[in-house]
Amino acid sequence: MSDRRIVLYQVLLLVALFVIWDVLTRTEILPPFFFGEPLVVLQRVWEWFSGGTIYKHLGVTLIETILAFVLGTVAGLVVGLWLALSKTASALLDPYIKAFNSMPRVILAPIFAVWFGLGIWSKVLLGVTLVFFIVFFSVYHGVREVNPVLVANSRMLGASKRQLLRYVYVPSATAWVFSSLHAAVGMAFVGAVIGEYLGSARGVGYLILQAEGVFDINTVFAGVLVLTVCALLLDWIVTIAERRLLRWRPGQVGSQG
Amino acid sequence: MTQTALHLKGITCTFPGRDGTAYSAVADASLAVAEGEFVSLVGPTGCGKSTLLNVAAGLLAPTAGTVRVFGQPLTGINERAGYLFQTDALLPWRTARENVMVGLELRGEDKHQARQLADDWLARVHLAGHGDKYPHELSGGMRKRVALAQTLVMAPKILLMDEPFSALDVQTRSLMENELLELWSEDRKSVVFVTHDLEEAISLSDRVVVLSAGPGSRPIAEFPIHLARPRDVSEVRLTPQFLDLHKTIWEALKVEVQKAYAKEGI
Repeated sequence: MSDRRIVLYQVLLLVALFVIWDVLTRTEILPPFFFGEPLVVLQRVWEWFSGGTIYKHLGVTLIETILAFVLGTVAGLVVGLWLALSKTASALLDPYIKAFNSMPRVILAPIFAVWFGLGIWSKVLLGVTLVFFIVFFSVYHGVREVNPVLVANSRMLGASKRQLLRYVYVPSATAWVFSSLHAAVGMAFVGAVIGEYLGSARGVGYLILQAEGVFDINTVFAGVLVLTVCALLLDWIVTIAERRLLRWRPGQVGSQG
Repeated sequence: MTQTALHLKGITCTFPGRDGTAYSAVADASLAVAEGEFVSLVGPTGCGKSTLLNVAAGLLAPTAGTVRVFGQPLTGINERAGYLFQTDALLPWRTARENVMVGLELRGEDKHQARQLADDWLARVHLAGHGDKYPHELSGGMRKRVALAQTLVMAPKILLMDEPFSALDVQTRSLMENELLELWSEDRKSVVFVTHDLEEAISLSDRVVVLSAGPGSRPIAEFPIHLARPRDVSEVRLTPQFLDLHKTIWEALKVEVQKAYAKEGI
């Protein structure tokens, strides 16, 4: 009941923000040329979807995002487990990981465009470099902080090294992975859109770039709006998966009853 | 003639200390446990009781000394032993039933049979009907019962217990102690029970071994407990024999406890 009320207030807050935006631009307190007009923005979004022009672009952006998300997560999981369990490998690679992580990854976009062309792969790889480190670090720390008693107990029950990985380390890391996946979804989007923005012939980032070129601020906002809604949807899917897979965790909604 | 189930001989465990000097938790410690015998180790805090248990389990390789299990020298994990830990060791992402099954699964046994066996054991520890709950949905005492079933379903010949009931409230604790004795009396495993609670040690055991204060602790005295079985742990504590035993053993233990306190400067 009170959950519903919260949702209601959230929607009201959103409407209020649009109304304030509308009033401020309509009265020209904020110049509409720079700040857009919310009604025109919404109309643009409507035209995109009813006219069907957006699907081609949105499809490309979503494919890039999802590929970057999945590939980056899998790579982060595998490398995170490997480095957390192998002291030699983590000691050897530690400075490289740190260097790559502190590198401003957006700079890689033009390099990837040269290497992989202007198709989707240069965007996917940019997204992967962003997603990878988020997942990698949480898996790495998650595995390192596995309760040693769980490991000792499983060894006493007969677990081999391989079985420890499957029965203890991976499930334990899963909880950490999920906490990072919310951030990772956003980063996958950033990778895709920045990649498109810097050079492409398709995608929502491309649409935004085109509109910006002709100072069509309303279309820019429309693009941002569509991306935001999509990011929220993906984040929601992650939350659902989290609830199903982490049913065992105390305080999870799915664990009741 | 009963066989020796577990034989620790001349065990020394040395760890690198904080200030670079070596620290021996246990030094030249020996202990033999007969088949079917229930032995308790008591000693002041920090006397290396758990260290000895970890050596017996094969989780920790001693710096010096040998471990024999039913006459065979121990290398790696002690597969004849089950270990009940002080803190929760259940896998939180598995239900009670799945936790009891885990050892059987690891051994590659048929899932259907493992499930059945797990349910049998859950019933034996009075948790029938709780199989689908996750550890966080169970109380501390219930979690201990699951842990007990998880260990016993593997039918170990030796049971190692590291202050398993110390985190439970008093009532749950004596309940669990009685249940442990009941389960134990069915097939008389060899038990090594580590505790700092002398009353618990006497009421459960056939023999109480007192360890000296650390560092470099070792068994310094042992007392056979000839209290009649079956016992009820809360009733047996009121008998005159129990009180006599308690007094005698406490005399030995007190000295070590005082030494331990003196070292810690409390």
